[in-house]
Amino acid sequence: MAVTLEARGLGYGYPGRAVGRDLDLALGAGEVLCVLGPNGGGKTTLFRTLLGLLEAQAGEVRLEGHPLGALPRAEVARRMGYVPQGHATQFAFTVRDVVLMGRTAHVGLFAAPGAADRAAADGAIAALGIDALAERVVTELSGGERQLAMIARALAQGARLLVLDEPTASLDFGNQVRVLREIRHLAAQGYAVVFSTHDPSQAFLAASRVLLLAQGGALRHGAPEEVITPENLRQVYGIEVRVAPIDGTRVCLPVLAA
Amino acid sequence: MTGRARLLAWALSLAGLAALAALAFAAGRYPIPPGELAALAANSLFGTDYAVSSTAESVVLQVRGPRILAALLVGAALAAAGTAYQGMFRNPLVSPDILGVSAGAALGAVLGIFFSQSILVIQLGAFAGGLAAVGLVYAVGANVRRHDPVLSLILAGIVLGTMLGAFIALIKYLADPYNQLPAITYWLLGSLAAVSPRDLALAAPFALAGLVPLYLLRWRMNLLSLSDDEARALGVPVGRLRLAVVCAATLMTAAAVAISGIIGWVGLLIPHAARMLVGPEFSRLLPLAMVLGAAFLLAVDTVARTVAPIEVPPGVLTALIGTPFFLWLFISARRAWQ
Repeated sequence: MAVTLEARGLGYGYPGRAVGRDLDLALGAGEVLCVLGPNGGGKTTLFRTLLGLLEAQAGEVRLEGHPLGALPRAEVARRMGYVPQGHATQFAFTVRDVVLMGRTAHVGLFAAPGAADRAAADGAIAALGIDALAERVVTELSGGERQLAMIARALAQGARLLVLDEPTASLDFGNQVRVLREIRHLAAQGYAVVFSTHDPSQAFLAASRVLLLAQGGALRHGAPEEVITPENLRQVYGIEVRVAPIDGTRVCLPVLAA
Repeated sequence: MTGRARLLAWALSLAGLAALAALAFAAGRYPIPPGELAALAANSLFGTDYAVSSTAESVVLQVRGPRILAALLVGAALAAAGTAYQGMFRNPLVSPDILGVSAGAALGAVLGIFFSQSILVIQLGAFAGGLAAVGLVYAVGANVRRHDPVLSLILAGIVLGTMLGAFIALIKYLADPYNQLPAITYWLLGSLAAVSPRDLALAAPFALAGLVPLYLLRWRMNLLSLSDDEARALGVPVGRLRLAVVCAATLMTAAAVAISGIIGWVGLLIPHAARMLVGPEFSRLLPLAMVLGAAFLLAVDTVARTVAPIEVPPGVLTALIGTPFFLWLFISARRAWQ
């Protein structure tokens, strides 16, 4: 299996402040990596480093075998799509306009998207089943609809690797499940997906692997069943959690009694 | 909007602009009847030889012609710069002055008047002052680390703009109240009355040098309305694109202000009005904003020189005409900014 995204001995953080170090991971086509961690645990910092938006402090990130730092931005964009957390544009772009922006890396500096770009955008819109929203204005969409539009934009980039920063944050229960279903669906089509969440149960539902970040950069990495255990969750979140299967899928149930 | 509807909308707005220009040529203290105007147009455009009075000829070609062209140029430039900045700063309340171009140009011009320089030097001072102010603001903003780069630029613009305002106030205070102060006030209110063919020939290349790259980048400009991380993840070198847009917008605003003085409201109001009509997508927005800006300033300037025995400063009129029009649009437009 070809490795899509690889990190070796990765150290990440901001100038003067290391957030995490010695991270090794490798992600291939069809795999889903779920990143869990407390608030301020460095999930977004890690994502920005994996995306090449923040320079690695140590080690390196490789994208489809190429060192990330050696790829021009447009080359990165054609390989890796990013769905930011809580996207809020102030301007009333239509969904189709937003998805078309995903084609930027394929459009010449002084050009506008052509017929092939429009077809790719329409294809991405159709793939997420949001054709009915195409002419709607993004600022008037619900959170769940907007999240699907943003995933469509990442697909329109032509990337085979998608990085989603808390894609279920502030969505209602139904929309959370719809986004998870979409992640599973994309993986089945051969996309590699990285997403972060605050709900460990989502890892059992949608992920093939889990990266658990703790304050101070300590981390665990492996299959969901190995990583999401009562001991590890207690260590990271400081609470008691029971992990038990229902119909074969494990779920996390917090224990409130002290 | 389909291709044909868009073409029709374009044909209509350009026809409207042409009709407005014809009206502006005809109206004034020396009214020119439509027949004579048509004869003059045919003579100068197609080389025909209809009989036209020499007064009408000189009024149209020497006085109103440059003034109308200047109104179109300045209006289009201010509206385009305002459109670019509103998208880039993700804020519809931004005007082309946000990075200090007007304050810098005003200081340059006011210094020129204070030291009793020629019109040409005053105009060059305004142009150079505008460019220098934005250059300074950009340098300060670019050296601020650990803060959002867009916010840093705006803050640097506001702070340096205030400082330039203090210098302008100081010079007004020191200026000769009988000779210089009226000239300074007149310049700061903005006017197209004194625009000569030479002024136009000087300003137009710079305005076009800003307008052309902005027009070419019109689709890519959309990406600047996203967060920096998002735009970079979509493959855009954001810093370079932003610098290119700032340079283009500054160049054309400085060129416009150098010949017209400070005319407010156009760069704030017109992009907003255009966005209400066609939405925020920049490649549709920019051309419409330029046509509307040109038409608006031409209409305002024509009213300014015909409505009263003395000329009304266009900067006053843009606000007086612009605000009700804007409120009407705001209330009735289908798609508002949110």
